[in-house]
Amino acid sequence: MTGDTIPGARPASRDKADARTRKQPRPRREPREEGGRFLFSPWHLVLIPLAVVMLVPMVWMLVTSLETLNETRHFPPVLLPHTLAPGNYAQVLQQAPFARWFLNTLIVTVVTVAGNLLLCAMAGYAFARIKFFGREVVFILVLATLMIPFQVVMIPTFIIVKHLGLINTLGGLIVPNLAQAFGIFLFRQFFRTLPVELEEAARIDGASRIGVLFRIVLPLSGPVLATVAVITFLYTWNDFLWPLITIYSPNNMTLQLGLTTFEGTHQTVTNLLMAANVMSLLPVVLLFFLAQRYFIRGIASTGLKG
Amino acid sequence: MAQVRLDAVTKEFAGGVCAVSEVSLEVPDGEFLVLVGPSGCGKTTALRLIAGLEKATSGTITIGTEVVNGISPRDRDIAMVFQNYALYPHMTVYRNLAFPLRERRTPKPEIARRVAEISAILGLDELLKRRPAQLSGGQRQRVAMGRALVREPSVFLLDEPLSNLDAKLRVQMRAELKRLHQKLGITTVYVTHDQVEAMTLADRIVVMSAGRTLQIGPPQEIYAKPVNLFVAGFIGSPAMNLLRGKAAGSRVTAGELAFERPGVPDGEVVVGIRPESLTVVGAGGAGGVEGAGGEPPGPPGLPCLDLHVDLVEPLGETTLVHGTVSGAVAESGAEEEQSILADAAARAPVTAVLASSHEARPGDRMRVAAPPDRIYLFDAGTGEAIR
Repeated sequence: MTGDTIPGARPASRDKADARTRKQPRPRREPREEGGRFLFSPWHLVLIPLAVVMLVPMVWMLVTSLETLNETRHFPPVLLPHTLAPGNYAQVLQQAPFARWFLNTLIVTVVTVAGNLLLCAMAGYAFARIKFFGREVVFILVLATLMIPFQVVMIPTFIIVKHLGLINTLGGLIVPNLAQAFGIFLFRQFFRTLPVELEEAARIDGASRIGVLFRIVLPLSGPVLATVAVITFLYTWNDFLWPLITIYSPNNMTLQLGLTTFEGTHQTVTNLLMAANVMSLLPVVLLFFLAQRYFIRGIASTGLKG
Repeated sequence: MAQVRLDAVTKEFAGGVCAVSEVSLEVPDGEFLVLVGPSGCGKTTALRLIAGLEKATSGTITIGTEVVNGISPRDRDIAMVFQNYALYPHMTVYRNLAFPLRERRTPKPEIARRVAEISAILGLDELLKRRPAQLSGGQRQRVAMGRALVREPSVFLLDEPLSNLDAKLRVQMRAELKRLHQKLGITTVYVTHDQVEAMTLADRIVVMSAGRTLQIGPPQEIYAKPVNLFVAGFIGSPAMNLLRGKAAGSRVTAGELAFERPGVPDGEVVVGIRPESLTVVGAGGAGGVEGAGGEPPGPPGLPCLDLHVDLVEPLGETTLVHGTVSGAVAESGAEEEQSILADAAARAPVTAVLASSHEARPGDRMRVAAPPDRIYLFDAGTGEAIR
C-alpha cells in the first residue's frame, strides 16, 4: 500500500490532512546512548564499497568521454587520460543531429508525462471513488496488464500504431504510452487515503465530479503527482526498444536510439558515444537530485527495480 | 428558505444493513430540528439522504416543493457542515469561503461582498489569509459554518459539528449556533449524539434508534413525556434511574419503593425516576447524612428509597450522588457502556442530583423520595410508557 509511504491525509483524521500543508520539523534521531555519535558506522563498510561499484561505470563513462579514440581502445583501460579531449562533445553535436534528438526526446517525454498525469489521475479517481458495475474486476484487469512483458504486446501495439499512421513519428512514441496501468494504480491508492468528506463538501458546494478532481483532489495530491511524473519521465526518457521498432529516420530519433548510431557494424566510436551518453544522462541526473525522494518513494512503492 | 419532508424514507446499504427505516418527518420552514440518538442509529445517514450524498432505497424526500430524490447535492440548495469540518486544506480561509460561490459562477465583486459579510458575522476577518492548518479548532468550525452559510442556502445541515471541540468551546459555539439560527432563520437539520446539545439547540427533537424515529417533539416534551423506555433512558443527563417493578391493583412496587397509580394494568413494569426528581427526606438506616439529619424520616405518601451512597461528584451548584438501592435495575437500551463494577444482581444503581448543601460522602445512607406524579412507568415487555 502506498498509504504507508505517502505522508498524506487519512480519512479518519482531519489533523493529518491539515498537517500536509504545515511544515513540520523532522523528528531528530536520538544519538545512541552508548558511545555517542560515530563518524563512521559499521554500515559504511557495506555502503561505501557498494557506492563505489555503482559509481565506477559513471566515472568510467565520464573519463572515456574525455579521451581520444586511441586511449579508449588501450588495454588495460586508461583511467587518467594524458590529455583531456573536451572536443569530443563538440564533435558529437556536429556529427549527429544531437540537438534534434534531444528535442525529440524532450517532446515525447513531456507529452507522455503530461498525458499520464492527466489520464492516470482521471482513471485512478474513477477506480477510487466512482461506484460502477464491475469496478473491481476492471481494476484487477488493469493491474494484471502489469504482468505482461512489453515484448508480448510489442507487435500488436506496432500494428495498431501502424493503422493509426503513426509509424516513424513522435506521435507513435507518445500515444501508446499516454496512460500506464502503474500510474492508475498509484493514483487510485493515493486518492483512497484522502478524506472523502472533502469531496462531499465540494459536491455540496456545487462542484462537479471533474471539478472535485481538479480543484480539490489533485491540488492535494502533490506526492503522487510527483511520483508518477518521475517514474514516467524515467521510463520514457530511457526507453529504447519501442523507439527502435517505431522510428527509422534519423530526424525522428530519440536520444537513446540516436546513441546507437555511434556503434557501427565494424567500429564503435567509444569516446563520442560516451560523450553523447553523458549529455543524454544530464537531465536524468538533474531530475534525480531535484526529486530524489519521489524517486525513492516511487521505486519503493513499486516493489520493482526502477 | 424551505421546508424539508421525508416520507417513509428507507436506506438499505449493500449487505442488507438497514440504516434508515421508514422514516417520516417534516421540518417546517425556519425550524431547528435535531436528530439525536446513539451511534449507529441512522441519524447521520438520514442527514446524508437529505444532502443527497446517499440515495434513498425507497420513500421520497422533498425540499421546498420539489421532490429531490434524483437531484444531485449541488442542485438541492443545501449546505452542510461536516463533523471534521472538511475545509479544503490547500486553500486560504478566503478561498474556502468563496469556493461555493465560485463554483456557482458568482461575479467576483459579489463574491467579495458576500465573503466580507459572512466573515464579519462569524468574526473571521483576521483569518482570511490563513490556511486551515493554521487555525484552532473553534476557528475551523467557524470557517466551516461560514462556507456553508455564504451561499445563503435554503436548508442548513450539520453533522455533529461540535464534537471535535473541547468542552468549554463546545458550550460557547452551541450558543453562537443558536444565535446564528435566530438571526438568519434558515431551516436547520442538526445531527448529534449529545442529548444536551439536542435539548439546548432544538425547536424539535427527533430521537432515533436502529434506523427508526422513536419520538418527535419539542425538547421539554421529550424530556417530560418520553414515549418509551429508550427515549427515557437516552434523554436527560444524568440518565433516568430505572428499576424493575410490579403493578398489581393500581399499586406499584419496585424494591422498597411503593406507591399508588390508579389505572395501571397488572404485570411487570419498569419504574423510572429522573435523578433531578429525587430529594433527600432523611437519613437512611444506620448511617446518617449531615444537613439532613433533622428532617423527618419521610413525608407520608411520598415514595422513598434507601440510598447507599458509593460515589459523590460535586458539580458546584449541585452534587451528583451515586449509590444503590434494593431492587433490580432495568435497562433502557440507550446505555452507551455497561458499568464496569456493576453488581447488578444484588442492588440497583441510582443517581440523584442534590443541592450541594447535602454534604454526602461515600458510605453514607440517605432516604430519598420522589413525588409520585414524577415517577414514570413503562411496560417491561414492550418498553412503551404507561400513562
